[in-house]
Amino acid sequence: MSSQKKQRFGTFPILLLLLVIISIFGIRYGAVSIRFDEILSSLQKTLLSSENLNLTERIFMQIRLPRAILCIFVGASLAVGGTLLQALFRNPIVEPGLIGTSCGAAFGAALYFALGATFDFNVGKWTLPLAACIGALISTGLVFFLSQSRNSGKSSIVALLLTGIAINALFLSGVGFLSYIARDPQARSIVFWNLGTLSGANWTSVAIVGFSSVSTILISLRYAKSLNALMIGEEEAQFLGVNIKSLKWKILLINVIMVAVATAFVGVISFVGLIVPHLLRILNGSDNRNLIRNSAILGGILLSAADLISRMVLRPAELPIGIVTSVVGVPIFIFLLRRKNYFF
Amino acid sequence: MIKANNITYKIGDKTILNDVSVSFAAGKINLILGPNGAGKSSLVKVICNQLKPQEGSVYYEQKNIIGNDVAQLAKVRAVLSQNTELAFPLKVKEVVMMGRYPHFQVTPGEKDKNACNEAMRFFDVEAMADRDYLTLSGGEQQRVHFARVVSQIWYPTENACRYLILDEPLTFLDVHYQFHFMHKLQELLKQENLVIVGVVHDLNLAAKFADHLVLLHEGKLLASGTKTEVLTKEHMKTAYRLEPVIHNDARGMYLFFE
Repeated sequence: MSSQKKQRFGTFPILLLLLVIISIFGIRYGAVSIRFDEILSSLQKTLLSSENLNLTERIFMQIRLPRAILCIFVGASLAVGGTLLQALFRNPIVEPGLIGTSCGAAFGAALYFALGATFDFNVGKWTLPLAACIGALISTGLVFFLSQSRNSGKSSIVALLLTGIAINALFLSGVGFLSYIARDPQARSIVFWNLGTLSGANWTSVAIVGFSSVSTILISLRYAKSLNALMIGEEEAQFLGVNIKSLKWKILLINVIMVAVATAFVGVISFVGLIVPHLLRILNGSDNRNLIRNSAILGGILLSAADLISRMVLRPAELPIGIVTSVVGVPIFIFLLRRKNYFF
Repeated sequence: MIKANNITYKIGDKTILNDVSVSFAAGKINLILGPNGAGKSSLVKVICNQLKPQEGSVYYEQKNIIGNDVAQLAKVRAVLSQNTELAFPLKVKEVVMMGRYPHFQVTPGEKDKNACNEAMRFFDVEAMADRDYLTLSGGEQQRVHFARVVSQIWYPTENACRYLILDEPLTFLDVHYQFHFMHKLQELLKQENLVIVGVVHDLNLAAKFADHLVLLHEGKLLASGTKTEVLTKEHMKTAYRLEPVIHNDARGMYLFFE
C-alpha cells in the first residue's frame, strides 16, 4: 500500500522535471544556439527595462520561448484528448482525432490553401486557424448528429465510433481532392500542414491554445472518477451513480475544444494522443485520476522532444513534426504492445 | 421493499414480460427462477430502471423508480450485472473501490477504504488486492465484483433501505464458492433494512437458501412464495418440461431430474 502510494506520488514530479529539462533544451538549441546568459539578459530587458533586444535575444523572446510553451500546451491537449476518448469509448485504439476533429481541421485548412486566394474570406493571419477550427467543428458536429440513433440505444458509443471513422474518411478524401486540384505550392502547403508544424508559434497563439488547454484539462479532471466507473461498462457505471448521457456529451465537448484549438494552430500531429495514455498505463495503472494529470505533462514532454528533433535533423530547415512523432512513436508503441505483461 | 406492479415489456411484437407483479421484502433472500428466455434478466433490468416497461411501474419503498436520481440511488442500491468486462488493466482493489464512488467526490476517505478492505475480506479476495484484475480467473473476477457491490452498500443508512440486486451471481463459481456466496448473503441479512434480489439457475441452491421465490415462465409469473409453494411438481413440469422427484426431509428439500 505505502510503496504504491510512493510510486503514484513520484511519477508526477519526475515528469514535471523532465518537462522542464526538455523545454530548456528546446529553447537553447536549434538553427542558432542560445546561451543561458542571453536568456537571462533578454528576460531582464523585457521584464525590467525597455532596452532593445539584440538578434539572439529576439530569437529567444519571439521565437523559441513561445514555441517551447506552445509545444507544452499542444502536447498536453492532444494527450489528454486521447486519454479522455480512450476512457469514454472503453477502447485503447482510440485517438483524439477519431470523432472527426482533426480531419475536419485538415479539410478546413486545405480549403484555405486551395481556394483562399479566390475567395473574399480573409482575416489576415487568423484565416488559417479559423478555417481549420470551423472545419473541425463542422466535421465533429456531423459525427455527433449522425451518430444519434433513432431508438437511442445503449450502443450509441459504438455508433459514434463507426460514424467517426466514416466521416474521417469522407473529409480525408476531401483533403485528397483539394490537394489533387491545387497548384504545386498550395498542394505542398496542404501536405505540410497535414504533418504539423510549430513554426508559426507566437505569443497570441500561446495565449489562445494555453487558455483552451489549461481550462479544458482542469475541467476534465472532475470527470476522472466517472470515467473510471465507465471502465467496467456503461450499465455498471450507471449503477455507480454516473449519468452516462451527460458524461458523454461533456467529455466529447471538452475533447473537441482542446483538439480543435490546438490543431488549428499547429496542423495535424498524429500519435501523441494515442501513445501517451498507453505509456502511462504501463507506468502507473489505468486510474484516470492519475492518467489525465500525467498525460498532460507527458504529452508536453513528447511534443517538445519531437519539436527539438524536427528542428535539429535538417538544420537550418525544419522537418514537419508529424513525421517525427510517427517515426519515433511507432517503434516505441510496437515495443509496448509486444510486452507480455501489458494487457491494454 | 421493492415492488413491481403489472409490468408489461415488449420488444416490437414480442412480449417479454406480461403483466408481472412481484414484491421483494427486506430481510429475505429473494430469488427469481425460470427457464431460459422466461424474462428473468428483463425483470431485473426493469427493476433497475435499465429497461422502460410499456406498462406498470416499479417502487422502491414508496418512491417510483422513474423519479429517482441515479446518483442518490447509487448510495443505497448496488447491482451486479452479467458479463462485466474491464476495458483497461486495473488492480483488484481499484475495482472494489469503484463501489465507493457514489460516496466520495475526488479522493476516498478512511470510511471508504475500510469498507473496501472489509468487503474484500468478506468475500475472500483480500489476498488478490494488488493483482491485475485482468489476470484473474472468471470465478475470481466474479468474487471481486461481489466485494465491489457489497462495499457500495457496506454501511447501514439511517431510516432507509439498502438494495442488493444480483443478476446470475453464481456463474463461473465452483461449488465451494457458490455455497460460500449464499452463506455470505445470509450473513449480510443479519443487518436490518436490506433487500436482496437475485437471479439463479440452480433449483437446489434456491431450495436451500431462498426465503422467497419467484418463478417466471414465458414472460408470465407462474408462481411466487415459499419454496414449498413454488417448487412443486406441476410448476417444474410447466416451466422446465421435466418431471422432478422432490425429496423433502429434515435436512432440506432436494429436486432430482431425469
